[in-house]
Amino acid sequence: MRGLVPDPGLVPDPAVLRLENLSKRYSPDRPAIFERLELELRQGEYLAVMGESGVGKSTLLNLLAGLDQPDSGRVLLEGVDISTLDDDAVTLLRRRAVGFVFQAFHVLPYLSVEQNVALPLDLLGVAEPERSRRTALMLAAVGIAPLANRYARELSGGEVQRIAIARALVHRPRLLLADEPTGNLDPRSAAQTLALLRAQVKANAGAGILITHSRAAAETADRVLVLDAGGLKPLRPDG
Amino acid sequence: MSAPRASRGAFLIWRVLLLAQLRESPARLLVTVLAIALGVALGAAVYLVNSAALNEFGLATKRLVGEADVIVRGPREGFPEQLFTRLARDAAVNEASPVLELDVALPGRRDTLKVLGVDPFRAATLQPALIGDIGGALFTLFQRDSIYLSSSAAQDLKLRRGDELQVLVGSSPKTLRVLGILSEGTYSQALGLMDIASAQWTFNQLGRLNRIDLRLNTGNDVDAFRRALGLRLPAGVLAVAPQVERDRAVTVTRAYRVNLNMLALVALWTGAFLVFSTQSLSVLRRRRSLALLRALGVTRGQLQRALIGEGAALGVAGSFLGVLLGLAVADAVLSFLTGDLGNGQLRAAGASIRAAPLPLFAFFVMGTVVASIGAWWPARAAARQPPARSLKGGDGDYAVVARRSTYSGVVLLVAGAALSRLPAVHGLPVFGYAAIAALLFGAVLLVPILTVKGLRLAPRTRRIVLDTAVAQLRENVGLSTLSLASIIVSFSLMVAMAIMVYSFRMSFDHWLGKLLPADMQLREPFGSDTAYWSAADQAKLAGVPGISRIEFRRTRQLLLDPARAPVTLIARGATSAETAAELPLLQTRPLPPPSKAEPAWISEALQDLYGYKLGSEIDLPLAGRSHRFTVAGIWRDYARTTGAIVISHQAYLAATGDASANEGSVWLNTGANAALTETALRSRFARGDSLEILTSTALRERSLQIFDRAFAITYALEAIAVIIGLTGVSFAASSTALARRAEFGMLRHIGMLRRQIVGMLASEGILTSAFGVGYGLALGTALSLVLVYVINRQSFNWSIDLAIPAWELAILSVTLIAAAAVTAIWSGRAAMSQDAVQAVREDW
Repeated sequence: MRGLVPDPGLVPDPAVLRLENLSKRYSPDRPAIFERLELELRQGEYLAVMGESGVGKSTLLNLLAGLDQPDSGRVLLEGVDISTLDDDAVTLLRRRAVGFVFQAFHVLPYLSVEQNVALPLDLLGVAEPERSRRTALMLAAVGIAPLANRYARELSGGEVQRIAIARALVHRPRLLLADEPTGNLDPRSAAQTLALLRAQVKANAGAGILITHSRAAAETADRVLVLDAGGLKPLRPDG
Repeated sequence: MSAPRASRGAFLIWRVLLLAQLRESPARLLVTVLAIALGVALGAAVYLVNSAALNEFGLATKRLVGEADVIVRGPREGFPEQLFTRLARDAAVNEASPVLELDVALPGRRDTLKVLGVDPFRAATLQPALIGDIGGALFTLFQRDSIYLSSSAAQDLKLRRGDELQVLVGSSPKTLRVLGILSEGTYSQALGLMDIASAQWTFNQLGRLNRIDLRLNTGNDVDAFRRALGLRLPAGVLAVAPQVERDRAVTVTRAYRVNLNMLALVALWTGAFLVFSTQSLSVLRRRRSLALLRALGVTRGQLQRALIGEGAALGVAGSFLGVLLGLAVADAVLSFLTGDLGNGQLRAAGASIRAAPLPLFAFFVMGTVVASIGAWWPARAAARQPPARSLKGGDGDYAVVARRSTYSGVVLLVAGAALSRLPAVHGLPVFGYAAIAALLFGAVLLVPILTVKGLRLAPRTRRIVLDTAVAQLRENVGLSTLSLASIIVSFSLMVAMAIMVYSFRMSFDHWLGKLLPADMQLREPFGSDTAYWSAADQAKLAGVPGISRIEFRRTRQLLLDPARAPVTLIARGATSAETAAELPLLQTRPLPPPSKAEPAWISEALQDLYGYKLGSEIDLPLAGRSHRFTVAGIWRDYARTTGAIVISHQAYLAATGDASANEGSVWLNTGANAALTETALRSRFARGDSLEILTSTALRERSLQIFDRAFAITYALEAIAVIIGLTGVSFAASSTALARRAEFGMLRHIGMLRRQIVGMLASEGILTSAFGVGYGLALGTALSLVLVYVINRQSFNWSIDLAIPAWELAILSVTLIAAAAVTAIWSGRAAMSQDAVQAVREDW
């Protein structure tokens, strides 16, 4: 499999994620969504990306996860240029190194809470009793241990999003990507979810990117960038 | 809300939903419409062909019976003509017409020609439609050795006026001159018309008749006269109502026709299951939209009516197409094939489709109603679902559904078992079919609970692909049941039919082996009344070189009950012991002592139709006298559904003095050449080419070929049903795959490989279809017991030994499982063709 392991001759990249000169446009006759984007995200860092609808926030997230290909530039995840990997290799990298939280939760209704959370461990082939231990720890960390044997359809939106967060972090990914994770939640659940996300990113010593419209949500991050036609810029205090 | 406004509202909702469905999945709706069309077309075609043949048959019989009030019928070899004189003088009788009605053998042909010998003047009164055509030339009929032919017979025999027609009498040909051809409208079937004296002379029946038509004076009670006359007639001569004559073909073929119709209905019901499955899945997919409609103020009743209306719309379109297709198929069958659909007793030349708007409308309504029934359950379930719950998501509480359906399922299974024990109604296995329907529906209703229980037993394998597949199936029992229903129904019916046909074939083959122990078989044209071998002819045949042994048989028709078709009497075996040894006996008892009544061995049809049992005494009218026989055994006969009785040659000769024979079995000397022996046998007669001679091996092969051809239509209908069932599975797979796009997208996000998702879908497909196929096999085997032991027995009055075509079923099962897995994979690939990013953004 090409490119999974960085060249041992190189100095290890301290950044979890690095964007170099990244450009993307949907079609040649339309303007670029962004051009020459540069970004570095270090271990333990929690970044929020804001922007108006249609500016390309989700496209950026997809490029970071290897779900989409840039027109030019590179995405280096753990020092690996993911544009050089084939579909299987990028999937395996994503499986190990990335955790996702979606706006619409996307938990499997036919699996129990415990089974949903353990999915990434099952995909990675983590054997028992390690699998159960890590799942139980994660369930406890997000506060839904008593619900382990219940099904998602029986739970509230806030509880389901906790399942999604636990699933995103149970395998200790280097990078957590959260796309509008509070978009479907009430303010109280949203605040709890954001606090949980931040705490878990820090606790797992990875890095995290939160895509959001909400300034309040963005302010839970260590730093906030705004995506617009000019690229990624820091949020001005008067924002 | 006022009634008109409410119905307008329901109509608008119906239109909106239907148009949305049509836009979203036109191909699926088209296939569903075609499935209904196919069922309706098959039903309509079978009905039209059968009714055309029956109509033609009825018309022909009506022409033969004419204006008679009572028909006096004797055995084919006839009764003395003095009976005619006696009846003609009866005070109640206005007109009596003597008839000699014979199926005449023709040299070089396998079939026979029906010939009526009549008194032209008397027949002109009683059968004006038949004789009127000859008109002024009536006197010409008196010419010796001359015959009029119906136009169908003339065409068939390629004869014209003035040509010569050769007929076989005994083993010798005789020549008749064709006096004229009856016009086409006179009689549509093949018929020869002769003067009675000329017929008696030609066919060696001097002084004998076998039918007298009577018209009574006005004011007589016809039924009372017929009953009283029946008591005065000699043994073997019966007084029959004309209606019975006309209805005989209808009665004799009823079970066969009903069975064909039932097969056609299988396709229609499978189509209904397809509607059920399509609508259920479509309701599941649209549950949030439907809940939204409910939230916006659409009443439960409006929603239910609109959804049933969707099914009805499919039914209307399918039924309309089906009726047109049925008309075209029936027309093609009647134009290019005979109208008997495999049953020789219904062969009627010149049959054509009559426009029958009412039955066709009935088929149209049936298709529409069946489709609406298919849509009813999902519509009811959707209307009952609380909108809040549907808006939140979830497939509904299938534990409740499973509990309810289990109760109904068990009740139906018990009812099915009880119904299978009930007897036939007017010779029709009505309760047998009801049992099949009850068992089928009962078994389908048990699918949810069995799936829940079965999947609960499935152990965790720690293989994420398999475990996720099992979990998906376990939590979506409703969906699994829906996708399984159509394949379980169609596959179990196919299994049942395959087991029944295989059992029948094995029993038939075994029966042939028992009946054909000799090297060669020979006979005069089948069903002929005029061709036979005298004792001298038999001696000539026995003297042919190369033959080590030859055994002759005499077969003839006996009318035991005027309402039924004649039974076949077979005289075979020199002695009773020899006769018993040659038969495929199912039940037997020790032969009676020689001082008692002679033994007779009856076929199962005699047992079922006439109620005779082992040890019963039966009176057979032979040579004008009644002879008593004791039933010494019951044997299996697949050749004559109307019944056959075997007695020893010795007993036959003693009762009738008739030493003639018309069938024989030949054992060859070691090393003798069969072809040379055949030539030698034919050379013994002037028209030896009319002898049917076949080696037993060839006869067996030919019989099995005919058997396979007769069941080809069954296989075709069943294959169609399975294809429809598989289509249902495919729809279910593609619907669920589409509904799970977001799930696949999420799994791709968290690192599941494409091939793992495909593997998961394949596992689901294999698990579902393996369950469906396994269940279908078990259910099909249970249904085959009803087919073999109840429906077959009650329809055709013969038994079959159960045999399971294990290899064929295994291959078919594996093929179906593979097809279902491929369908699941294909549907999954199609659903995954949309990118994972887009999929997770859809909030269903």
